[in-house]
Amino acid sequence: MNSAFAWLFDPEHWSGPTGFPARILEHLTYTGLAVLIAAAIAVPLGAVIGHTGRGTFLVAGLSNGLRALPELGLLTLLVLLTWVGLLPVVISLVILAIPPILAGTYAGVRNVDRSAVDAAHGMGMRGPTVLTRVELPNALPLIIGGIRAATLQVIATATIAAYVSLGGLGRFVIDGNNAGAGSPDGYPQMAAGAIAVAVLALLMEGLLELVERVVVSPGVRNQTRARRAVRLRRRPTTDLVENPT
Amino acid sequence: MNIDWPWPWLPANTDDIAEATSEHLYLALLPVLVGLLVSVPLGWAASRWTVARGILVPLAGVLYTIPSLALITLVPLMLGTQIIDPLNVQVPLAIYTIALLVRSVSDALRAVPGEVTAAATAVGYRPFHRFLTIELPLAVPVIVAGLRVAVVSAMSLTAVGALVGIGGLGRLITEGFLRNNGVELVAAIVLIVVIALIIDALLLLAGRVATPWTRAQRGAGATA
Repeated sequence: MNSAFAWLFDPEHWSGPTGFPARILEHLTYTGLAVLIAAAIAVPLGAVIGHTGRGTFLVAGLSNGLRALPELGLLTLLVLLTWVGLLPVVISLVILAIPPILAGTYAGVRNVDRSAVDAAHGMGMRGPTVLTRVELPNALPLIIGGIRAATLQVIATATIAAYVSLGGLGRFVIDGNNAGAGSPDGYPQMAAGAIAVAVLALLMEGLLELVERVVVSPGVRNQTRARRAVRLRRRPTTDLVENPT
Repeated sequence: MNIDWPWPWLPANTDDIAEATSEHLYLALLPVLVGLLVSVPLGWAASRWTVARGILVPLAGVLYTIPSLALITLVPLMLGTQIIDPLNVQVPLAIYTIALLVRSVSDALRAVPGEVTAAATAVGYRPFHRFLTIELPLAVPVIVAGLRVAVVSAMSLTAVGALVGIGGLGRLITEGFLRNNGVELVAAIVLIVVIALIIDALLLLAGRVATPWTRAQRGAGATA
């Protein structure tokens, strides 16, 4: 245990292109890139599906089907089929990040109180206005919940991506394993990398929870939680449960 | 990159594939079972005492957040296991299962209507008997929903263990990748997905069979 922390806090490992700051930055870059692209695809799609009620099967099918797909398999297959580098990895991260955001947005828009939507129509709002001014703000907690789940999924999978020779914090785990568990740069390096990944994931989770508190209107926050709890009790579905990563 | 598709690899290696598959099932399913057995009493405690809930639910959230490769790597540090011990994969999977189910079980138990437990008590059920025959069965739909997520995720997460030298179908994935063998890689992925979906369907079915009253209720609701 001490050797892992010694490795982690060794100043030598905190500088240069293979040090922790550089690896953390790489990791965050992959994560940010993948989540942004995924959100740009999944939020509009989920909003339209939730608003119109068309294509619902796509949401449930995607989130259940992709849960079974092994991340390691998807990554290695895409790299084998295309080329080594950032692009195939980002593509597979985006593929994994889409279902939780899609499910969150869809469920959020779908579960907006019908009387609020009716009132908006009564005030003369048209469909798209209802969506952007009423449904999406009300759906925000579940949308952010979806983005949070997607971010954690991507942080975890980006760690695995070191195996297909990408940077990021997974490098320490993979390099340590390749060095052999007994060597000084072996298991201590692996454990140090693992600790860094775990801390990064927990920090991001906390950060996104904070974002949710700041962005979501207080009136919406409590209401949605209560309704989601009721929904889970009445008709438990698997599509809104986050995956372990 | 040119990828090899050596079709004869498949029939020539059925023994190896079967061995990897059974290893994978052992690695993935045992922890889910253990996790289920542990999370029922924990969920009960969390549904009963606010203090237990205040500790268990946030702890579950934290553990659930830790990425699999990190947790797998950290098990030897915490338990002193060897680096290729199957426990390094099984302990994280059990932890994820417990983290997922403790909250579901406790929510489901808390949702059991007070008049139901009161009626059971009134006709003479002792608390433990009442828990086993009234409250727990009513929580089954929620538990099954959580269990389905746990088992399907476990099937796919087990593959990550191959990165630190633990077997199962993940070994065929890394092997196929290193040898540029597309058939081996795709065979492993397909087996993982198909087996996971079969188990998922079986659980869904078992949950329905175990709770006939949920269908009766729905029928009654439709006619009312």
